[in-house]
Amino acid sequence: MTSRELILGRIRAALGDADEVAEPPLPRGYLSAHAPAEDPVALLDLLHRNLADYRALVHRCTEAELPDRIAELLAARSSRTVALPAGLPASWLSGVGDVELLPDDGSLTAARLDAVDSVVTGCALAIAETGTIVLDAGPGQGRRLLSLVPDHHVCVVRAPEQVVASVPLALPRLDPARPQTWISGPSATSDIELDRVEGVHGPRTLEVLLVKS
Amino acid sequence: MNGTFLGMPAFPQAAARAVRDGQLRANLRHATHTIRDKRARAVAELPDWAELRAAGKAIKDHTLRHLDRYLVQLEESVTAAGGTVHWAADAEEANRIVAGLIRATGDSDIEKREVVKVKSMATQEIGLNEALAAEGITAYETDLAELIVQLGDDRPSHILVPAIHRNRAEIREIFADRMAAWGRPAPESLTDSPAELAEAARLHLREKFLRARVAVSGANFMVAETGTLVVVESEGNGRMCLTLPRTLISVVGIEKVVPTWRDLEVFLQLLPRSSTAERMNPYTSLWTGTTEDDGPSEFHLVLLDNGRTAALADQVGRQALRCIRCSACLNVCPVYERAGGHAYGSVYPGPIGAILNPQLRGTSSPVDASLPYASSLCGACYEVCPVAIDIPEVLVHLRERVAEQGGHPLERAAMAAAGYVLDHPAALAAAERLAGRTRALHPRRLPGPGRAWTDSRDLPEVPAEPFRDWWRRNRA
Amino acid sequence: MRVALFATCVNDALFPATAVATVRLLERLGVTVDFPAGQTCCGQPQYNTGYRRACEPLVRRTARAFAGYDHVVTPSGSCVAMVRDNYPRIGARAAAERRGSELTDAATALAPRVVELTEFLVDVLGVEDVGAYFPYSVTYHPSCHGLRMLGLGERPLRLLRAVKGLELLELPGAQECCGFGGTFAVKNAAVSAAMAEDKLANALGTGAQVLCGADNSCLLHLGGTLRRRGDALRPLHLAEILASTEEHPWRPS
Repeated sequence: MTSRELILGRIRAALGDADEVAEPPLPRGYLSAHAPAEDPVALLDLLHRNLADYRALVHRCTEAELPDRIAELLAARSSRTVALPAGLPASWLSGVGDVELLPDDGSLTAARLDAVDSVVTGCALAIAETGTIVLDAGPGQGRRLLSLVPDHHVCVVRAPEQVVASVPLALPRLDPARPQTWISGPSATSDIELDRVEGVHGPRTLEVLLVKS
Repeated sequence: MNGTFLGMPAFPQAAARAVRDGQLRANLRHATHTIRDKRARAVAELPDWAELRAAGKAIKDHTLRHLDRYLVQLEESVTAAGGTVHWAADAEEANRIVAGLIRATGDSDIEKREVVKVKSMATQEIGLNEALAAEGITAYETDLAELIVQLGDDRPSHILVPAIHRNRAEIREIFADRMAAWGRPAPESLTDSPAELAEAARLHLREKFLRARVAVSGANFMVAETGTLVVVESEGNGRMCLTLPRTLISVVGIEKVVPTWRDLEVFLQLLPRSSTAERMNPYTSLWTGTTEDDGPSEFHLVLLDNGRTAALADQVGRQALRCIRCSACLNVCPVYERAGGHAYGSVYPGPIGAILNPQLRGTSSPVDASLPYASSLCGACYEVCPVAIDIPEVLVHLRERVAEQGGHPLERAAMAAAGYVLDHPAALAAAERLAGRTRALHPRRLPGPGRAWTDSRDLPEVPAEPFRDWWRRNRA
Repeated sequence: MRVALFATCVNDALFPATAVATVRLLERLGVTVDFPAGQTCCGQPQYNTGYRRACEPLVRRTARAFAGYDHVVTPSGSCVAMVRDNYPRIGARAAAERRGSELTDAATALAPRVVELTEFLVDVLGVEDVGAYFPYSVTYHPSCHGLRMLGLGERPLRLLRAVKGLELLELPGAQECCGFGGTFAVKNAAVSAAMAEDKLANALGTGAQVLCGADNSCLLHLGGTLRRRGDALRPLHLAEILASTEEHPWRPS
């Protein structure tokens, strides 16, 4: 007998006592959102507050201001090299001056990225209630390691179309087949005396640009 | 009742040692109270917490009731997405499978001799690191707390914060003394500031992440419908392990499956608030099989039984399999707070450990037979459990199992005698009167098993007459 | 109104003053009290130690003893919780073991009629000011069973606040267990004692003269520790405070 058969057999034997009665439907009396899902202004404010609460640096701008704002954020950190996922609008980086741009053509390795100062990405969506941005490796987001290895991550969220109120409203918009990274603030640990420290292995600085379209 | 005998097995002895350790008690008290207060605030933010809890419980119960079906569906989904599914009936088989996969992978010698690990309860439960070491493979723990435990040649004492028993000065000492033997040494000037300690861990582990070819993880959830695995974490070491190596091996208990993608909406709300007391933990990774040019090109899922089906067979005890390992029950438990995690003799300490270990391992060892009694049944654990596991109910149920295996003959005799007296009110009244008449003779400290009471407490003064005699004289 | 008093074995044998106070309090409020002599113990010590079968005769006995009363009043939260939560479980387990429905029937008949003293006063009689007088400072320890299993909530505090002369002092960490837990106090004596120490440190810190509880099993444990330490803090059951009046004030024994 294989272990597969053994385990499945043990399960069926263990459940032998269960009567074959019709089960009631699962109780889903919880809310689909705790925030006003229909109010984009309030949602954006909530997202802003919650991102900041978990120590992401949050900025707001218009579409037209975006290239300059990205340039400012990179300059403020004196970033010399910036990784860019495939599919990121070229215009976003049009304002940077003397910065080496490294578009990912699939050849950027973790070792190479370890020496890169910053990465700029878009996102799949952002969840206001929890202060979460979700990356799903789509265009402008790229492979998972891009937003992981560099120490400075600049993430662009388009409002209102990429902002949802809650986890229950986020999941239906996401494709389970795609690898996903949900990010709520920078890397953190509380392993030492429950004292929160930002920045262990992931990017120690997360900057979120909320762009109003 | 205080004259009954007591076996004084492993937990009480280990706990008594911990109670005497002032430093440990201070560390634990500070940590558990900090996080329990935070949890209460995080939970209070959601007006529908009770409904989320009911849904979490119902989804898990439904899954367990059809566990065979959902595991088969999961296997199909993972396989279709490019993963390979293995089944391990026990720890030994799981360890053998993982070691075999590591040896079969990679092309240079070093690749076959080291792996990086995401913090995982299942792999600790099966003693994977020790099993791999016996095969000449080094497993590097990458979670900060697990690193502290591994470098300190220590054991974890908490599910979420395995080094909760250590304070910053102790951690500094461990890093300064031990890091060099495992890789990049700690900086010379290392102080005990948490930020500096975290930075030392970052540097120490980064070279391992960049070099690793194989990673081993667990998972918080597996979605049968889609084949998706979910790991929630805070530091990013999980993302490193799940993303950078070529091969990923996930060892996951069979009870971790949930039916649908939608079900995650319940657990991704319940878990972070119960566990780290956050609206959402910093990082959650979700992956379905393998993805071309992104992350590991080879993915193995090892489904682990190791006693879970035995727990499933127990109608009362099976609710322990709903556990999502949040550790909220540890943080509110007055016994855990004073006994510490090591007294439970398992990687699963605290209230959940007290009901999980005797089910996964049986009740034949002294420690496992003592765990169901490691509780005052105060109910704080049940109150905070996000999937409503009635831990006190299961504890009492398991006590019955221990009592039935006949471990404590004196206690059985006392219970039988009490049973007779209590079922014969005249005998009870006679015993009460006798106690009243002889009360001047009662010692304040008892010999034998009763000493456990009078070591720290006086006996009450026996009244001159029991209530039933007062009633007879005054009202009847 | 006529009610049955379920004194409980601990009060009968060790704390008769609590049962007497309960009788006097209820009578003062116009309630006729009976003490059915067939009652002994609810079976909680046996059940919680793992001797479920040993307490089955006590389930039958207790149900029989209180047959015919609409209200069975008990000055002990943990015994109420035993009847309410565990009697139905004992019945269900017996049924699952194919031993019929007798225990389930007994549990079903009894459980809804058993009320804890403060529930009876506040919910059934609808009183909070019971006309008591108690000129001492008091801090209240809400025992785990009352707090979490019965959900007594504010009831005991509302009753205490209405007592003339009484100064109520908030107990820090009130929700934490005192460490009694029945046989836990003996099987895990070191942890139990450490919990009592912490509870008493909080109680002593309030500066109160009296440590009030609604469950004498906790007070047995805390009182025993206080006496060993020689502290002046006096443990006292809530019923004895509520029974105390200006005409018949409570006197330290």
